[in-house]
Amino acid sequence: MSETTEATVRKICEDFGNDRMRLMDIARAVQAEFGCVCGEAMDAIAKALKVHRVEVEGVVTFYAFLSEEPKGKIVIRVCNDIIDVMKGSEQVAEALKDELGVAMGETTDDGLFTLEETPCMGMCDQAPAILVNDVVVTYVGPDQAREMVRKLKADPDPTKLIGRVGDGNNADERINAMVHNNIRKAGEVILDGYADGEGLKKALAMTPAEVIRDVKTARLRGRGGAGFPTGMKWEFTRAAGGKKRYVLCNADEGEPGTFKDRVLLTERADMLFEGMTIAGYAIGAEEGIVYLRAEYMYLLKFLDDILAKRREKNLLGENVCGKQGFNFDIRIQIGAGAYVCGEETALISSCEGLRGDPKNRPPFPAQKGFQESPTVVNNVETFCCVPRILEKGPGWFAQMGSQGSPGTKLLSISGDCHKPGVFEVPFGISVKEMLKLCGAEEPAAVQIGGASGQMIGPDEFERTICYDDLPTGGSVMVFGPQRNILKVVDRFMDFFIEESCGYCTPCRVGNVLLKERLDRIIEGKGEPSDLEYLKDLGETVKISSRCGLGQTSPNPILTTLEKFRSKYEELVQEAPDGTQRNFDLADAVSDAQTIAGRQSVHL
Amino acid sequence: MSDTITFTIDDKEVTAKPGQTILQAADEAGIYIPRLCNKEGLAAYGACRVCTVMVNGRPQAACTQPAAEGMIVENDTEQLTAIRRNIIEMLFVEGNHFCMFCEKSGNCELQALAYRFGITAPKYPYLWPKRELDMSHPDIFIDRNRCILCGRCVRTSRDLDGKGVFEFVGRGPDKRIAVNAQANLGDTEADVKDKAVEACPVGALLVKRVGYAVPVGQRKFDHKPIGSDIEEAAAPQK
Repeated sequence: MSETTEATVRKICEDFGNDRMRLMDIARAVQAEFGCVCGEAMDAIAKALKVHRVEVEGVVTFYAFLSEEPKGKIVIRVCNDIIDVMKGSEQVAEALKDELGVAMGETTDDGLFTLEETPCMGMCDQAPAILVNDVVVTYVGPDQAREMVRKLKADPDPTKLIGRVGDGNNADERINAMVHNNIRKAGEVILDGYADGEGLKKALAMTPAEVIRDVKTARLRGRGGAGFPTGMKWEFTRAAGGKKRYVLCNADEGEPGTFKDRVLLTERADMLFEGMTIAGYAIGAEEGIVYLRAEYMYLLKFLDDILAKRREKNLLGENVCGKQGFNFDIRIQIGAGAYVCGEETALISSCEGLRGDPKNRPPFPAQKGFQESPTVVNNVETFCCVPRILEKGPGWFAQMGSQGSPGTKLLSISGDCHKPGVFEVPFGISVKEMLKLCGAEEPAAVQIGGASGQMIGPDEFERTICYDDLPTGGSVMVFGPQRNILKVVDRFMDFFIEESCGYCTPCRVGNVLLKERLDRIIEGKGEPSDLEYLKDLGETVKISSRCGLGQTSPNPILTTLEKFRSKYEELVQEAPDGTQRNFDLADAVSDAQTIAGRQSVHL
Repeated sequence: MSDTITFTIDDKEVTAKPGQTILQAADEAGIYIPRLCNKEGLAAYGACRVCTVMVNGRPQAACTQPAAEGMIVENDTEQLTAIRRNIIEMLFVEGNHFCMFCEKSGNCELQALAYRFGITAPKYPYLWPKRELDMSHPDIFIDRNRCILCGRCVRTSRDLDGKGVFEFVGRGPDKRIAVNAQANLGDTEADVKDKAVEACPVGALLVKRVGYAVPVGQRKFDHKPIGSDIEEAAAPQK
């Protein structure tokens, strides 16, 4: 590394105050500048931040969007979630490999292109989608992919690929994206009739305790999927000791098949920031952070600009709206490609510039969160509900939806249906009604709640979307009769293996073992006893994993074993002679033969 | 408010001081809860999950869960034994463990746990990963084939040795132990007297040239199973 490049790294660190907490931003900036965070860059960062070099290496090697090895000037990421695969992303990948002359994960010899796969990037309703640096290209086919590469060879500026922009604010020049909102149904709480500023005004006329009381009376529950009562979370955080408190927004929408937060960030950014400001007032925080997934980088300029405008209007900053002593501001923290950072304590780790490992709990974030201070972490949609609760009153909110699940829910529906997109529906809607809304003609299976959720079949379509029956953070994937259920499950397991942080044994190892046996079954080499094996192993992962993501990672197998058991049973059979059906003698001795340098088994 | 917490482990009454974890309280009561990543004097970590217990019917790691008044803890149950066996077996197949020619044999906590749980061979297929050795240091070596990612060396080096020689890099199945240098352990300030070296529960971090100073047959777990020190040390409880 030359002195000038070292100086550049030093300068980047300085721009972030040589603050260890900002290591994510620093690493991202170095990656953007040099196409990698190489060993020398890590040395320079470690020196500037006064941390051990290996800590920097630990962070850089954790996140998919950071790399030690040099990447091409243009990184093309093909979305490989199951919906994108169903819509043809594998053909797009083949076309790109052929056109670029590289395999997946490789960089072209001229250093111009790197081709990679990436898990769900939140575009399932406009699949297949690819990411070209920060530019999202949707509805892409193999021919367009080839054409795109030719264009980039002539002019390596991905923004030039942006042809027709999407609807709503996607067409705003600060976003300028080909992304579509696909809002199919606007509901009363969020997508219909929001009066900017009304909620905040009312909140500031109340005491913080009264604001929390209203949120509790509305019985608002976390929209991320777990459904923890929001008012209670705020109350705990306010009651916790310490000088500083923080409001964190989870905009790391990474659960395969969900994309409604992307639409909220595009169309309801003010609503989100207003909700966070109200939360700040309620819990006594002065700082809010939105943790935005790296795939949504294209929204950053827009969101930053809205924050700047809110500061101008005194909706953020000192003495917000003239309320003496209430100071609150928000910044955006960009992630770097890690599903696990959607887990709230992992999100906090990442905001602190650490590996995205979940933290031990207790202590809970409400007691000790960001920088060891009491912290509220809520989902984008949860914060968006808040201004409306204040504006229209908790009673108005609580009477919507179902008994245990008041309000509306935003669903991201994709897959085999005519109208994929975002639907704001009252909680308590049946699966059947939902499938009708999205125009699913022949649904054979529906995955509720993303990869970590559960798969149900037509016999359960009378069930309802709510915390007490079928909870979901918003992901709904519809599968028609032509789909191979086990292949869907297999893709989900690939996802969990790829996205496990690796901290605890059951999630790190268990999922690899689950997939090994699932593949064996799919290949037709499984035995009836393998079903019990999968169940036992899956239960161990579920019970003993450290965080919520690990605990739900075997769900694709466990729920289909229960509800689509015949799909497994069709494929397994007893070995007639008592031998292991999957045993391959040639494969078993291949390593030994290589070492020995001679053939020891003649088959 | 009393400064003693009372709760039960498998119906046996146990007392704890405020701030103590279930595992610490159990140790003092002479109840052994199996563990690997936990080590006295180090911050609780909660990674291996071998110490998983049921607390009021919900799974928790005993090493990170604070004891609380009236909690009902299950430890020695059929279900938990099965889960612990599974986790131990996972660790065996994840790495490349060959007890018969590992110099840690007899002093190895993973091996000792397998014996305690009566595991003769794992039911899971071996993953046979390709892992690196680091022989660069004059007195210490790293054999990543045997590393179980417990983080004991990481915490010991950082918190007790004050050095920060070790840290994890990579993610998921690619997670591995790394050293604070561009390349090798030899380039770090690791020293043979560091507490981090002896913190390793398995044979992943070893001192050179002393491997067989204590002969097989006279090693820590050769005669009594792991955990028996805890079970024997406690005075009989009334």
